[in-house]
Amino acid sequence: MPLSRVAVQKVGKRFGQHRALVGVDVELAAGEVCALLGPNGAGKSTLVGILSTLVRPSSGDVTYVEGDAARRADDRLRREIGLLAHASLCYGELTAVENLVFFAGLYGVAEPQARAHALLDQVGLDGKARERTVRTYSRGMVQRLALARALVADPSLLLLDEPFTGLDRGGALALGQRLGQARADGAIVVVVTHDLEAIAEVTDHVVILRRGQLVHVEKKRGFTYAELRDVYHRHAD
Amino acid sequence: MPIDGLSENLTMPASCPPRAQRRTTMVVGPSFLRTAGAVAAKDLRVELRSREVVYTMTFFAAVIVVVFSFAFVKDQKALIEAVPGVAWAAVVFAGTIGLGRAFDREREGDTMRALLLSPAPRLAVFAGKTVAITALVIAVEAVVLPLCLLFFNVDLGAAVLHLALILALGALGFSVVGTVFAAMLLRVRSRDVLLPVVLYPILVPMIMAGTKATGALLAGATGDAWFWTQFLAAYDAVFVIVSLWTFEALVIE
Repeated sequence: MPLSRVAVQKVGKRFGQHRALVGVDVELAAGEVCALLGPNGAGKSTLVGILSTLVRPSSGDVTYVEGDAARRADDRLRREIGLLAHASLCYGELTAVENLVFFAGLYGVAEPQARAHALLDQVGLDGKARERTVRTYSRGMVQRLALARALVADPSLLLLDEPFTGLDRGGALALGQRLGQARADGAIVVVVTHDLEAIAEVTDHVVILRRGQLVHVEKKRGFTYAELRDVYHRHAD
Repeated sequence: MPIDGLSENLTMPASCPPRAQRRTTMVVGPSFLRTAGAVAAKDLRVELRSREVVYTMTFFAAVIVVVFSFAFVKDQKALIEAVPGVAWAAVVFAGTIGLGRAFDREREGDTMRALLLSPAPRLAVFAGKTVAITALVIAVEAVVLPLCLLFFNVDLGAAVLHLALILALGALGFSVVGTVFAAMLLRVRSRDVLLPVVLYPILVPMIMAGTKATGALLAGATGDAWFWTQFLAAYDAVFVIVSLWTFEALVIE
């Protein structure tokens, strides 16, 4: 069953002496796109890591809610989480189809071949490219494949860390389409980006971090680029 | 970067069924064995495509055997007593090279994170990686064993099957312990230096049992050989349990 809400409560994370996050509270709801913004080193990727269950918070708690019931961060919950990270999370020695079929298998997706080709259609990787090993791909093609991998199980919590990096205009359009589709679908979408212009229109929820601390939260159905830029500069700079 | 036409794209395309309908195409969940098999098959497929790890390991192991067969000579004959040490040193050192390189691949695309993020049981991921590494180590042993028999002029007769069993148990023990530590050190900058430092002390009982079993077999002491073979099997069983117990805790940040 898809997630309806994720509550981040007083979450902190230390790496040795360095405090990456300090007492962050955020509530994420289904059908919303949350822009997680902040300067470099603000703790955005750490928060995404914690939301993905791959990083354990040093303090605080993350509650994943399915319907009205809280869920434990177990194997089943991870099926609901799709992550697009800085790295591709794909194998360079395998082709795009082989990568997606492998991950579809791990997520228990029926008909992995058909799912892989459908996703590659959606992200715009054409027939010849799909049969080449990922090692031969350009940065933008890798990013398209990484997006397809993140979507392989149709997640209800979609975490995208700098998703527009390396994408050309077509790729950015496809990504915008997927974000809109995920939102209309009732997914919780978190986007970490410095590309405010690309994300403004689809943003419902702005969360700004600075030096590991939450400095601003604002909810509004769609921002203009100018509005989002103003909010960012007022709180992040 | 402005994205023209983004607003028009915000609605779901007609070709895309709603989430609830799409979810019906999901099966219940990947089983332990299916996941372990998929991870092992993927690792072996990647290796078959590049053959980089197995060639490096085999070449290194073969060089060790050849060099030591010329080094340990008495009365113009290679010393049979050196065979256990040479064979196990070749397997362990070559295995460490393979282990490091196999996990470097997971680091390149940060794919270990992808494996751990999937809903597949994390212990099945561990099992799959272990099976693949065991297969590579056994492939190296399949070259080391005949080379040792040839260069040290050893005729084991039917006992060669017993030696194969000892080496297979050693390969499993090495891979189980090695996979845990290699996965744990994946994000550590000096992992190439640290891996042998943390791995070898834990492998000492296994190497000791392996060399003792091999030596006893060469000396014709079958009873002793079986004792050390059982010791190796017990070592494997203990470390399979300990590794399954600790793997998840060790690999999560």
